[in-house]
Amino acid sequence: MNLASAVRVITRPETCETSPAAPPPSIQVRHLDFYYGATRALKDNNLDIEAGKVTAIIGPSGCGKSTHIRVYNRIYQLYREQRATGEVIIDGQNVLDPKTDLIELRRQVGMIFQKPTPFPMSIFDNVAYGLRLHYRLSADDIAERVQSALCAAALWDEVKDILHRPGTALSGGQQQRLCIARALAVEPRVLLMDEPCSALDPIATARIEGLIQELRGRYTIVIVTHNLQQAARVADFTAFFLMGELVEYGATEQIFTAPKDPRTEDYITGKFG
Amino acid sequence: MSQARPAGRWGDRLFGALSFGCAALALLLMAGLFFEIASGSAQALSRFGLGFVSSSAWDPVRQDFGALSSIFGTLVSTFIALLFAVPLSLVIALFLVELAPPFISRPVGLAIELLAAIPSIIYGMWGLFVFAPWLSEHLQPFLQELFGEECFLVAGPPIGIGMLPAGIILAFMVLPYTSSVMRDVFQMVPPVVKEAAHGMGSTTWEATRRVTMRYGIQGLVGAIFLGLGRAVGETMAVTFVIGNEHRLSGSLFAPGNTIASTLANEFNEASEPMYRSSLFALGLTLLVMTLLIQVATHLWLRRIQRKMGAGL
Repeated sequence: MNLASAVRVITRPETCETSPAAPPPSIQVRHLDFYYGATRALKDNNLDIEAGKVTAIIGPSGCGKSTHIRVYNRIYQLYREQRATGEVIIDGQNVLDPKTDLIELRRQVGMIFQKPTPFPMSIFDNVAYGLRLHYRLSADDIAERVQSALCAAALWDEVKDILHRPGTALSGGQQQRLCIARALAVEPRVLLMDEPCSALDPIATARIEGLIQELRGRYTIVIVTHNLQQAARVADFTAFFLMGELVEYGATEQIFTAPKDPRTEDYITGKFG
Repeated sequence: MSQARPAGRWGDRLFGALSFGCAALALLLMAGLFFEIASGSAQALSRFGLGFVSSSAWDPVRQDFGALSSIFGTLVSTFIALLFAVPLSLVIALFLVELAPPFISRPVGLAIELLAAIPSIIYGMWGLFVFAPWLSEHLQPFLQELFGEECFLVAGPPIGIGMLPAGIILAFMVLPYTSSVMRDVFQMVPPVVKEAAHGMGSTTWEATRRVTMRYGIQGLVGAIFLGLGRAVGETMAVTFVIGNEHRLSGSLFAPGNTIASTLANEFNEASEPMYRSSLFALGLTLLVMTLLIQVATHLWLRRIQRKMGAGL
């Protein structure tokens, strides 16, 4: 090994080590109602999400799964006609309080969407995007944190030599992991995933699920999915929604093996949905 | 059961040939136009050569012609127009799409589109009778005080005519085109891209500048190019306020001319063949200029797309 490469190994470790995040928070949802204009889409949702666990939200199309988690980071507020009432308490703070700092909320509560959404810039810049928004960092620090975020998203080995290429040049599964890296880079404490695998093939889906397993414990993860097997595979807890109502919530195993509500049983046994 | 339709094959062929003919017609027109203008300017170009574009002479008596002052005026007035119109359009489009509630954005958007329907002669009249006097009474004295009367940028008699008035009138005329195209571009950016940007904790301005503007860069550049094309070729309004003198001057208030205003003013007087041919050559210059701008824009867009994989 020559000197130059030795220095490179020392300054830029090739191994993936992840930075310790702040401890993940629990989330309490109280009397949450949601309206699209005059249409009531969520009805009195009450839910306690445990810190550092993976919680799946399942239910048929249009039951309010996505609407529910879109309240957690108040992304719904981009649309004038949408509004929510009730309380969503993350780490003791009600995020629906009008005084909530949305910028800081969205730094702490990252979101992954159904379709991969790489920004029109290089892979590196995609991951550095949030770092440049929220922190004043030297170029070296940014490079370091971009690397650790890509490592945490299990993408580093695939992209370390093509960091300058556009994010859109990656495959769908890689793009989704790029979005996860982008969210992880700003050290969030909660990750919201809105059907993150619905646009992906089975192999890419398996990689994302593996990644969720790795992130378990360090982040509070809420994943919306229409894929029951996926919920059974990745989630510690599962919530079943029907027509805007939370029908049943409990440990995943209990929901899938001994549901208390007949509607839950009908859904998981495939009688509808 | 009815009989199969006869001769379906021929119908398709006929339609194919017909549509090909129409498409070819556009190409043919373009080529014919180019040829006509080129052959019209042959006499002037063979006498002055490439010196035609670098000479600022324009002397019908001595039959000595050069395009420099017209080219300069075209570029400067267009530049001033875009300098005002592009940032303004961007902010207007952003306001209409991202910030304004529908009961404001609809009428305002409509009003801006109506600006495009005003004939250019009206802009010219307004420029000459309203805007120029105002400039000469207020803006020019103010600027002369600010920079000092000797400063070359603002020197000249206070008549409110010249490059700056022409550029500003052009900006007004360009504005409806650029802002409504930019509004369409912002509207076409998929909501999920905006959500992703906001979801990272961006402010509206950060999300726009760093994500949606990049996403729609091709459309935005297209909008600017549309405005550029309009400004470069605009004749009537500019002729009213630019002063129509073949003169190179660094002053914003000195009378000058553009290629289009020269052509509009002088074809009637051009009795000698060399004079006419020089005007044709001026037209050819304008045509080549716009083509060069178009090519440069395309190359630039291609480079951007390679670098960041832009969306729209």
